[in-house]
Amino acid sequence: MSAILIIEQVLNGLQFGVMLFLMAAGLTLIFGVMGLINLAHGSLYMVGAFAAAAVAGVTGSFVLALAAAMGAAAIAGVLVETLVIRRLYRADHLDQVLATFALILIFSEGTRWAFGSFPLFLDTPSWASGPVTLPGGIEYPKYRLMLIGVGLAVAAGLGLLITRTRIGIQIRAGENDREMIAALGVDISRLYTLVFALGAALAGLAGALVGAIQSVQVGMGEPVLILAFVVIVIGGIGSIKGALIGAILVGLTDTLGGIFLPEVFKLFMAPAGATATGSALASMAIYILMGAVLIWRPTGLFGARP
Amino acid sequence: MIRETWLNAATLTLLVAVPAWALVVDEPFTITLATRAVIFAIAAVGLNIALGLGGLVSLGHAAFFGIGGYAMGILAHHAQTYVPLEIGPLTLAGTKSMPVIWLTAMVTSGLAALLIGMLSLRTAGVYFIMITLAFGQMFYFFAISWPAYGGEDGLSIYVRNGFPGLNTLVPIQFYGLCLGVLLLVLGGMFLLARSPFGLALNAARQAPGRVETVGLNGQRVKLVAFVISGVITGLAGALFADLNRFVAPTMFSWQMSGELIIFIILGGTARLFGPVIGACVFVLLEHLLGGLSEFWLVYLGALLLIVVLFARGGIVGLLSGRRAVHD
Repeated sequence: MSAILIIEQVLNGLQFGVMLFLMAAGLTLIFGVMGLINLAHGSLYMVGAFAAAAVAGVTGSFVLALAAAMGAAAIAGVLVETLVIRRLYRADHLDQVLATFALILIFSEGTRWAFGSFPLFLDTPSWASGPVTLPGGIEYPKYRLMLIGVGLAVAAGLGLLITRTRIGIQIRAGENDREMIAALGVDISRLYTLVFALGAALAGLAGALVGAIQSVQVGMGEPVLILAFVVIVIGGIGSIKGALIGAILVGLTDTLGGIFLPEVFKLFMAPAGATATGSALASMAIYILMGAVLIWRPTGLFGARP
Repeated sequence: MIRETWLNAATLTLLVAVPAWALVVDEPFTITLATRAVIFAIAAVGLNIALGLGGLVSLGHAAFFGIGGYAMGILAHHAQTYVPLEIGPLTLAGTKSMPVIWLTAMVTSGLAALLIGMLSLRTAGVYFIMITLAFGQMFYFFAISWPAYGGEDGLSIYVRNGFPGLNTLVPIQFYGLCLGVLLLVLGGMFLLARSPFGLALNAARQAPGRVETVGLNGQRVKLVAFVISGVITGLAGALFADLNRFVAPTMFSWQMSGELIIFIILGGTARLFGPVIGACVFVLLEHLLGGLSEFWLVYLGALLLIVVLFARGGIVGLLSGRRAVHD
């Protein structure tokens, strides 16, 4: 187990984490401001990936594909918000779960109908493929390094948006007291649509960026959605900072657990059994992390204390 | 008699009459469909104890459904391969006997529900939904990455397990057994909802503060309800695995949890027969729409949206003319 391998895996974990952050940030904003649990967020991720694959297939430009992904996901988000979600803000969580579950069915089967069941492929752009040599002689894929950069840049931008702009003030005010900011003359339904579109665009961006290293297929959004839930539970609902730290924790735990747990078990078990036990435990590692955080802090690391 | 009672009576009549008709005209596939509906109904009635009575929106009940399924799969697998099951120092023989399998399924899913419930009930509302979903997913990934029992491919059981005095290989006899379990569970649910425990659970949902003031531990009441709910769903899982003679990680999938909730909402929350009617309608839709179009889930999604947005109270609420029992 060399230092190079460890650094590589840490970078992989970081890359996975920042992509989870793009999903979790939208979810946590939507929950924080509108009090809505949106299961269909994974569908917006999928919409982004499919839009990117379609546009890249026609134009061959990766930048255009990313723009299309964000645009398509934002448009889908606005449509869904105005047609369905808007009626659910006052409903209880059970209705929200069910209605957004219904939206997943419609999105998934609709996409399957439009694009077929076979996965699409989105290539990494030529200017970002191939390895780059990091200080210390570590070779690492340029594209994955770019993902880390994009993720951290989005996190910084989102932080500035929330803390430094007028929209950010309204979003924070909306998290604290919805009735009051409506009474102060903020067009609350426009703010809701805007937040939803922002969350959707981030999900779409994540879908397109990850779609280039995995395949683009129906159902790709839901596993990520559930991991994003784990992230939010760990970080605390409504907190962007919590989403970032939670996402990186989950990304690192999942990646490093998958690599190192089987090795750890090999220290005291037969190799075959160690690999099986280690990888089975690794698949549960993030949920065990979540359970531990819950025992320590039921509202997450940065969640509001009740 | 109020209309809901008539509706319940009609449902029961259909549950007996349709398979009887299928037996007469020799349509074994209809009996299999009915068995599927009845087993789903058992699972949904189980979930309804937590969700309807306790207000605990669990999006992870597939965990218990799957544990029940694997309890059957693992025991029957060891029986059919004649390899004893070794758990640490213990050596157990596999079994093909349904009562033993059911008991194992209920105990293991009850223990899992106790653990998940203790952790999840530290939170409420939307956290609870996300956490139960995540724990459900944990079991899914564990089942996929654990190679001893088939991993992603699942386990096939060659011959359906036996029940003393019955030939479970005959579809109508297995159906009768499942219907009997459903009736027992429904009877239990009826008594539970009216028992002091059921009243305390109802109160803990509606006014947790007052329940504490009266001196009841509301959280403990909810935890017990969650465990009972998990036990029943686990039993349904064992029956479902026996129906298919196959278990796979898909029994743990979050879609399964979603479908269990759909049964309840489609039928009507916190109503005795709501989940039964919901499960029957779902299986019927799955069969009819699935035959019409490959993309039948789009129509199901649209139907669900309509129920949530416009028909609160589900089918029972619509037909019995009463609004939702509670929000």
